[in-house]
Amino acid sequence: MAMIDADLGAAIPDRTVHHRFGKEDVVRWALVAGFAAVLYLFILLPMAKIVWRSLLDNDGRWIGLANYARYFGTPAIAASITNSLFVALLSMALTVALAFGYAYALTRTQMPAKGLFRVIAMLPIFAPSLVQAFAFVYVFGNNGIFTRATGLNVGIYGAKGIVFAEVFYCFPHAVLILIAALSATDARLYDAARTLGASSPKTFLTVTLPGVKFGLVSACFVVFTTVITDFGAPKVIGGKFSVMATEIYNQVSGQQNFTMGATVSVVLLVPALLAFVVDRIIQRRQYALVTASSKPLIPARAPLADGVATVYCGLIAAVITGIYTVILIASLVHRWPYNMGLTLKHYAFDTVGGYTPLWNSLHVALWTAVVGTVLTFVGAYVVEKCRTAASGPLYLLAILPVSIPGMVLGLAYIFTFNAPGSPLNRFYGTLAILVVSNVIHYFTVGFLTATASLKQMDAEFENVSASLGVPFYRTFWRVTVPMALPSIVAISMYFFLNAMVTLSAVVFLVAPGTELAAVAVLLMDDAGDTAQAAAMSVLIIGIGLGVRLLYWGAMKGVTRRTQAWTQAGAVPVAGGQP
Amino acid sequence: MAEPTRPAAVALEGIAKKFGVFIALRGVSLSVEPGEFVCFLGPSGCGKTTLLRIIAGLERQNSGAVMMAGRDVSTLPPAERNYGIVFQSYALFPNLTVARNVGYGLETRKTGKAEIGRRVDELLGLVGLRHHRDKYPAQLSGGEQQRIALARALAPSPALLLLDEPLSALDARVRQSLRHEIRALQRRLGITTIMVTHDQEEALAMADRIVVMNHGVVEQVGPPHEVYTRPRSPFVARFVGQMNFLAAVAGPPGSARLGGVDLAYVTGAGANEPVAAGQPLTLAIRPEEIVVGPAARGARNRLATRIRSAQFLGSFTRLVLVLPGDDGAVLECDVAANAFAELGAKEGGELELALRPEALRVFAAER
Repeated sequence: MAMIDADLGAAIPDRTVHHRFGKEDVVRWALVAGFAAVLYLFILLPMAKIVWRSLLDNDGRWIGLANYARYFGTPAIAASITNSLFVALLSMALTVALAFGYAYALTRTQMPAKGLFRVIAMLPIFAPSLVQAFAFVYVFGNNGIFTRATGLNVGIYGAKGIVFAEVFYCFPHAVLILIAALSATDARLYDAARTLGASSPKTFLTVTLPGVKFGLVSACFVVFTTVITDFGAPKVIGGKFSVMATEIYNQVSGQQNFTMGATVSVVLLVPALLAFVVDRIIQRRQYALVTASSKPLIPARAPLADGVATVYCGLIAAVITGIYTVILIASLVHRWPYNMGLTLKHYAFDTVGGYTPLWNSLHVALWTAVVGTVLTFVGAYVVEKCRTAASGPLYLLAILPVSIPGMVLGLAYIFTFNAPGSPLNRFYGTLAILVVSNVIHYFTVGFLTATASLKQMDAEFENVSASLGVPFYRTFWRVTVPMALPSIVAISMYFFLNAMVTLSAVVFLVAPGTELAAVAVLLMDDAGDTAQAAAMSVLIIGIGLGVRLLYWGAMKGVTRRTQAWTQAGAVPVAGGQP
Repeated sequence: MAEPTRPAAVALEGIAKKFGVFIALRGVSLSVEPGEFVCFLGPSGCGKTTLLRIIAGLERQNSGAVMMAGRDVSTLPPAERNYGIVFQSYALFPNLTVARNVGYGLETRKTGKAEIGRRVDELLGLVGLRHHRDKYPAQLSGGEQQRIALARALAPSPALLLLDEPLSALDARVRQSLRHEIRALQRRLGITTIMVTHDQEEALAMADRIVVMNHGVVEQVGPPHEVYTRPRSPFVARFVGQMNFLAAVAGPPGSARLGGVDLAYVTGAGANEPVAAGQPLTLAIRPEEIVVGPAARGARNRLATRIRSAQFLGSFTRLVLVLPGDDGAVLECDVAANAFAELGAKEGGELELALRPEALRVFAAER
């Protein structure tokens, strides 16, 4: 039998019969080629340039690995590697532990005010990473109110301050992941554990923890990557404690040493890439815990546990609210903490030329939302629905950006778009390059969200259209896009908010006339105008919250429009019955 | 062979398909006459769905040709093949109303709005769901959704209707009634139809001809009655309906020896091939064809058996009978419920039966 199989297998040609190339194929291949070109130009090429640059000296001569030898050989610079790892690992452990308790309280207890706690936990998403650090400086810094009131200087500048700031900066991301993990459970497992006589701790260890292990791993990687690639908090509160991200900034902005900047960048890519690869391997082993027959877990009332949860969440929420209250107050008083009289003078932003950076930021964020959403959604569609040999490589390229630190991307863009004689040069110094770097920096999450929503759709939609003689792009517009509208709105929201607060991806790319709000915050802080920096942060947060409210409104509209066909049955339709 | 007056609606010539090293289809040739209802029947993985998708142009064969009404469509994309298709998942567009779903294929054909509306009405009338035209698919039951999918597929008046397990996702009762409905509709429209199914009952009830497939090969093609009564291979015999298999040795022409008993069977045209004496062979008989009790008394091919178990299945009782001899061979035998009561047989008791020569089928011994 096997013999016959081998013979027959060899007799059947490997190539399949080709269909005639039609008008639709032209569109299909144009989309594939367009998406590939974008990913090549803005991901692959810049990354190749930065790696190449790290092998040259400042005059462009090939020196092999000499830069790396110098990096590892100079103790002052090399320390940034261990510093970065130390800070990232410590922040990771603290954040995930704190966030687990918070998420557990939100999903598995009957504590009151869950909605409020949820909203407060999300606040840091609306602020640049510097803001948390500002608040700690205002309270525990050399001139902080705590320091002045108690005469006790806790030495916030350095690793300690960075870790505190990062924990609160990363907190919402970890909470979101863990809420999702803790929500995806089956009440029947807990019923089974109880009927088998398992104690609470035993149930926790044998049912709860195994159920969320993938969420925990994911949260760890997200926090680790975010911290090791963050630049804002270490810049503000790090003092002399040098981490890799600040090292890149110092080499490039301070010493104009671009090759060393490239070298540190490539080294910084390693842990981020490693985290990314390990996470993907682990997530591939994930299995569905929730099936159609699962029953949702409704936590029972337990006065003691609910009380503990309320106190715990209350404390964390108080710190988070405290951070933003401090920033708000600092921006509104004459001179924190000496003259606490109210004033609006810090909102003039005289050192950075008024409100231009803020308008630029809004402009860039809006375009990032539009371009990012279109590109990730169409890209996901191309990869998912136009199955070609290119799908695999395109998918890999599309999810790669999550592991590229923003500063590395920015520096790579300098090498790519600010090279003498390159036709791509016109791009440099425009708002467009800021939009593109934001879109690419945040590409992965948008792309994966779009892919997930496309995967939920019946794979036969396109086949049915083809059989009815309807071109795929018409079905894309009439069926796919309307069905994915909630995801599309969520993706654009994600791009907008991140573009408003990001610093690392744009700090090297702003030019005179294209200053951005988050960069202005950094510059004003550098110049000693911390009150103005705080004021600008307040405006950034305010815009983020405002847009978030608009998003809620839009989402309500979308839900109302779509519920007729999503939660059908319950919805009576006028004139339906004869 | 006489020249056909009309070209076949669908003709497949040596279709072969592989996925990597897995060979899904091993050179399938087949023709479907205009207006015919053909079922591709087989277990999962037999290649029936792949074959349907190749006809539809949704999958591309490695070799072989697909002809439709005498035209080679092998290189045409799906949109140019002029068929309608219905999937197991219905694949209705959830965000469009029933009417817009049905009219979906008409909108691009430069048909007027009024004309589309008229056609949609006509089709919704055909499947009896005109009153649902402004609802969304999710507001309808599974059976209703599948009827809408059928209407949508038929709206552009295709030359061919393809049904990919259209009833598998439905409840047993709905499945029964939709079976009749689809069949009646197909007869009325006279549209050539190919349906893929793994449910032999469905195939027997609906098809003009059944194509039984296994491991990428067509095992047998024929009308339901022929496939059931004269299965060409043990696989077909087992897959379509129930079948007992008994290992025996060939005796003189038309007889076989089983556990010390000589059994006669019918040979000749339309029946069994003769087997050389002394060769091993396999005897097959359907459970409902075994004669038991008083009727067996004067018949040929009698055997004395012991009842191992009796399972009450409503209208009939299934007996598991142990044959004499030490190889422990068993026979399943279906007896009408009232006949079983008259027998007065009990589990563990003796039962005499007869394997009528006309009911016995003979296959070369299975390895």
